[in-house]
Amino acid sequence: MFQNLKVRLGLIVGLTILSVFILWRKAEKNNGQPITLGLDLQGGAHYAMEVDDSRSVMTAKDRADAIDRALKVVDMRVNGLGVSEPVVQKAGNDRIIVELAGLNQASQTRAKEVLQKSAFLEFQIVHPLEDLQPQLGRIEQAIVAAFPNEAKPAAGAPAVNAPGGLLQTKGNQQNGAQADTLAASKPFQSKIAGQGASGQLLIDTAQVKAMQRYLALPQVRSLLPRGTELLWGIPETEEQKGYASLWFVDGNAMMTGANLQNAQAQTDQFGRPIVAFELSRRAGRRFEKVTGDNINKQMAIVLDERVYTAPVIRGAIGNRGQIELGKATMEDASALALVLRAGALPAPLHIVEERSVGPSLGEDSIKNGQIAAFVGIGLVILMMIGIYHFSGALAVAALAVYVVLSLAMLSALDAVLTFPGIAGLILSVGMAVDANILIFERIREELDHGRGVRAAVNEGFHHALRAIVDSNVTTLITCAILFYTGTGPIRGFAVTLAVGVIASFFTAVFTTRTFMDLYLERRSSVQNLSI
Amino acid sequence: MRFFKNADYPFLQWRKRAYLVTALLMVVGIGAMLYHGLRGEGWLNYGVDFTGGTIVQVSFTRPVSADEIRGATRQAGYTDWEITRFGTGNDYVVRTPKFGQESGADAQSRVQQALQTRFKPSVEGRPGGDFRIARTEAVGPKAGNELQQRALLAILLSFAATLLYLWFRFEWRFGLAAVIATVHDILVTLGFLALTRMEISLATVAAVLTIVGYSLHDTIIVFDRVREDLRKPRHGRTFVEILNKAINETLPRTTLTVATVLVTLVALLVFGGPVIRGFADVLVLGISIGTFSSIFVASPVLYEIERKFPRAEKREQAVRSRNAPRPNRPGNGSSRTRRETPV
Repeated sequence: MFQNLKVRLGLIVGLTILSVFILWRKAEKNNGQPITLGLDLQGGAHYAMEVDDSRSVMTAKDRADAIDRALKVVDMRVNGLGVSEPVVQKAGNDRIIVELAGLNQASQTRAKEVLQKSAFLEFQIVHPLEDLQPQLGRIEQAIVAAFPNEAKPAAGAPAVNAPGGLLQTKGNQQNGAQADTLAASKPFQSKIAGQGASGQLLIDTAQVKAMQRYLALPQVRSLLPRGTELLWGIPETEEQKGYASLWFVDGNAMMTGANLQNAQAQTDQFGRPIVAFELSRRAGRRFEKVTGDNINKQMAIVLDERVYTAPVIRGAIGNRGQIELGKATMEDASALALVLRAGALPAPLHIVEERSVGPSLGEDSIKNGQIAAFVGIGLVILMMIGIYHFSGALAVAALAVYVVLSLAMLSALDAVLTFPGIAGLILSVGMAVDANILIFERIREELDHGRGVRAAVNEGFHHALRAIVDSNVTTLITCAILFYTGTGPIRGFAVTLAVGVIASFFTAVFTTRTFMDLYLERRSSVQNLSI
Repeated sequence: MRFFKNADYPFLQWRKRAYLVTALLMVVGIGAMLYHGLRGEGWLNYGVDFTGGTIVQVSFTRPVSADEIRGATRQAGYTDWEITRFGTGNDYVVRTPKFGQESGADAQSRVQQALQTRFKPSVEGRPGGDFRIARTEAVGPKAGNELQQRALLAILLSFAATLLYLWFRFEWRFGLAAVIATVHDILVTLGFLALTRMEISLATVAAVLTIVGYSLHDTIIVFDRVREDLRKPRHGRTFVEILNKAINETLPRTTLTVATVLVTLVALLVFGGPVIRGFADVLVLGISIGTFSSIFVASPVLYEIERKFPRAEKREQAVRSRNAPRPNRPGNGSSRTRRETPV
């Protein structure tokens, strides 16, 4: 295999170029970082959470179900935190891992509160937008008063491009020319792009932040018609891309998740997906009355103060009801059923493990790691050249290939570089030269036995190979076990060490060999080798 | 530059002395574990990763003494908090024995509040202030227990897997000898950790497992030579001679590799900062012990196993030599008959 030297060299060069390309592509996508940094390096928080079962006896199956439901809730909440690329995953059967990057201390405290809150499901009647109309003038005044600077510069910005403005039904038409003055005097209405199919307000995603600020004002909230509130929709269920929904709903819940006993995705007699739910007997009687009073109105399904969907009430519902989903798929039905069940989560979540690192400590760690890496690798290079002279230099060239290859492998694997991971990389450089040391020592021995240079090189590589394979395999076994049993940073360490071992096998055995053969081929008769 | 060219040390003949050193290390290490265990401080100084509890690292912007901080936390009513300096700068670690998530307010905010009685907190993005919370690690008692079990599981699993692999690639005697040598390394390392009361964290477990990997690696390199030599005609050489030759032949490699690894580790130790210090400390020690054991423990143990359970062809030889007339002197005469037996 690969007897042709040119093919071998081509493979090495090709792989190196590919590696550089992978690193470059990733760096471009990832703000100039070729490898994703772990939470301990970039700063951030890691939480492990479990369902609190101290107050109720739960079977293993209950717990697994509870975790699935809780996962849904946590996922929604974490996405609501506005952290970039949060990680929410299940670990084992009964634990949820949440990783939030780059949080400062205040937001960490808030994140923790949000995560541990128990899920809250409510059914709330959707109000017609007309009811909001009479209050709009005073709401606008309150916002202008609270954010006087906001209104003015907004006039210069093309804040509203969509025609229609708020409440098309009222004929409140705006055109582009009027938009500027509108943005100045009516910050609230100028942020509204139009009305959704289900009677919600649509807000351009670029304007969501501003709108959230307005709605956070207590004076604005008190200006809403008595007993109503404005709630955001859930981003994943948005019908129109690029817009966020704002629902105008009754503040009093007609029912809460505590009364919900079960919810399941099913199909009706026409094979269309539906969600069937069941209430407790007492709640059913109450629900029958409220739904009877609100026929043909919409009922918003609200989980953690966010509207998931708002089906229309077709008739009085007792303790068994069903939600028709129209054109939606079975997956949508399952997702909705999960939301309903999540709202009925009996046990709150609690944090069982927390690790957080401030951004400045992470920067220090990166800096320290870099210095240690430069010094460590520099010393290894000096040793190799000092001891093996020319051959040592070849090994160092192979080491350079090794560094590029292993970084690219880490990047391609989407591995996360943690501080122990940096240590693993530095350590694997030390181990990478071991294979070369082994080979070179063997070649020296063969030369001592009076073999010619070429024969000695061949024998040296041949004999050393078995030992290298066996020792590398045992290291890989250890890495696999570390990865399997470890968490977080330890896993990072295992991955980098394993990648280092694999890359070093390629460079030490294949690359050094090719370089050496190339050198020997150039000279027709080699009397001695600088080793 | 060459070291140990044509080295010819009688390592196996020194094994009694090596056993003495090993025994001494073990007695000291296990003694330290027992001493602390019996005094109720725990065999090893388990950190929060295993016992549960929290550590909060606080960075101060000006030089502060531990007593000042202690004063602040005492004033806030926390008498059981442990305050230690971290690294060489103005960083301190506050340890609280309880996990504290259950009671609502988490450790991080409690530490923040306690320190606020005397110091001014820094606000993100604004200059001024005396301290900032740099790191929090909080582990619940249940999670801690689980981590402890996982660590043990990791070590045992890696032993089992290596034993099987070496059995498959070499034979069971080699596998057993390698694992015994590695157990030795772990015991000595743990003994050292018990003696120095260095804190055991998840990183320590990773370090110990790296030592397991390295020590096995080292042992395998020597055993590979033994395996290679056993396949050749013996020319009347004894097993001791073969082992000695294997160790001597690999001696240059052993020393050079350990030197390069130690060099990188020392770089980590000196420049890596306090976060990685514990990790690097354990590795430096463990790698040194691993090198010692691959020379002075693994091969002697292989020799002892070989003596207790000789391999089949040796028994055959023993039988044959009993039946055949004994040659006057071992050497060329006997080697001709032995060469026919495949070894």
